[in-house]
Amino acid sequence: MADKLKTYPALRWAGLALIACALIALPFVLATAGTTWVRVTNLAILFALLALGLNIVVGFAGLLDLGYIAFYGVGAYAYALLASPQFNLHLPFWIILPIGALAACVFGVLLGAPTLKLRGDYLAIVTLGFGEIVRIFFNNLSQPVNITNGPQGISRIDPMRIGDFSFSQSEVILGLNFSGPIKYYYLLLLVLLVAIVVNLRLENSRIGRAWQAIREDEVAAQAMGINTTHVKLLAFGMGASFGGIAGGMFAAIQGFISPESFVLVESVMVLSMVVLGGMGNIWGVIVGALLLSFVPELLRHTVDPMQRYLFGHLIIEPEVIRMLLFGLALMLMMLFRPAGLWPSKVRKRELTDE
Amino acid sequence: MLEVSGLCVSFGGINAVKGIDFAVRAGEMVALIGANGAGKTTTLKALIGLLRPTEGSIRYDGVDLITVPVHQRITLGIALVPEGRGIFSRLTVEENINMGAYRRPDSAAVRTDRDGVYALFPRLAERRRQTGGTLSGGEQQMLAIARAMMSKPRLLLLDEPSMGLAPLMVRKIFDTIRTIAADGVTILLVEQNAKLALEMCHRGYVMESGAIVTHDNSAALLADPAVRKAYLGDHA
Repeated sequence: MADKLKTYPALRWAGLALIACALIALPFVLATAGTTWVRVTNLAILFALLALGLNIVVGFAGLLDLGYIAFYGVGAYAYALLASPQFNLHLPFWIILPIGALAACVFGVLLGAPTLKLRGDYLAIVTLGFGEIVRIFFNNLSQPVNITNGPQGISRIDPMRIGDFSFSQSEVILGLNFSGPIKYYYLLLLVLLVAIVVNLRLENSRIGRAWQAIREDEVAAQAMGINTTHVKLLAFGMGASFGGIAGGMFAAIQGFISPESFVLVESVMVLSMVVLGGMGNIWGVIVGALLLSFVPELLRHTVDPMQRYLFGHLIIEPEVIRMLLFGLALMLMMLFRPAGLWPSKVRKRELTDE
Repeated sequence: MLEVSGLCVSFGGINAVKGIDFAVRAGEMVALIGANGAGKTTTLKALIGLLRPTEGSIRYDGVDLITVPVHQRITLGIALVPEGRGIFSRLTVEENINMGAYRRPDSAAVRTDRDGVYALFPRLAERRRQTGGTLSGGEQQMLAIARAMMSKPRLLLLDEPSMGLAPLMVRKIFDTIRTIAADGVTILLVEQNAKLALEMCHRGYVMESGAIVTHDNSAALLADPAVRKAYLGDHA
């Protein structure tokens, strides 16, 4: 298959064009089933962005981070504070998103710097604590000066806007009804595309190779002349920036954020996406993110009617069953495909070696 | 080329190296021998910068290295073949070798040098697509040396290259080290196998619990009754 694609480049382009057409048509198809599904897709793309960012830290550099959602939170709050009635600031999104990315990057380095010497379990515990600290700050920074508005969160956040073109309003263009979510879908798709390209470039760069070396053997990596301090901080900072951008977009799309969106479970969820999809493999990680975003939603819409059809009444709450199946799926995965659904080349080697 | 004076290194609360002095001249092959736990590996780690000395100085070509970080010491022309080889076991042989040239920007010259190390170790050329972890112990040792050579060192630090290898393989590895030295690379060799090390090197230092107890040229050390008794298994 791969050989065929190489010998017939036209085939490859045709395939890519087909995928592109499908992605362009997708929101309109989904919209016929209900705008909810477009929203679900948008959230799935946001999670794919997060998973790509976390993949830099966990997959490429091999640093286990359990507090990743904090950067998503930093990006979201940066956007919310600079584009809402909270401080009466209404900056345009192309200024705030980079600010959010930068703020998240700074937080990433702040987390990275004191934990440089930690690995594995110890690093996981510190990052877990970090994630919680950030969330608790969001929760409590309403006194003595009200910055984050505490647990009530920040509402009426500006949608993204370019001049008169607002991403949140419905509009009929060329006879097609572009609803808010559909517009955001295209924007998110574009950002995801950029993120994928950046990730692909990073993976095959000098830094990518340095990360690989650190993941394998840190002392040997140092002996190769790799500045491990520098390279690890880069991983933390770059990974965090992705989270910051995703967070900013999340704030704009939802129009409302509160500390509750940035709890530990969310970090675990993003990590599960990375692990399930295939740590270190960009495509695998995206597949993981899409699966873990869509499957729970599908279950939500099928578990309830199915029980009513089979037993006449509801026996187990959909929410409970969802988590049960989710846990079961993760366990089965780790037993039968420990390197993920779509493992990276190097991780796959690890399994064939032994 | 290398002058070490009053070097003290401690880690984990143990003073592993207690004020040692030694020197390596350009083009020399010098052995640092001693029993397990004498502080040999610690000394090498301090030389490359993986451990920070508590006291003393390390001068390399007249430059004080104490404040120079590891990656810059590599650029200055020092390379370490670490104890236990430190192969990137999931990367291929070629990826391992390329990693050795991490700090070199001249990709054309790197390619030439890669052909050079493949000529030095034809076995590695045969296995360039294999992962490091699938190699035998001897091949891994070759790979570790080949990788270190890719940074074009002028001073090569070798930590126990004979460890865990069959005698035939040890001879092969030592022959290669001789070839490398003949090309003008200065060698500092840490070894437990004192006989082999002294037979190859010009001079030797004997380390015991963190201090250098004797040093002389190899022939004299090989003849020294105390050294013979402690390190060469001479019971007579």
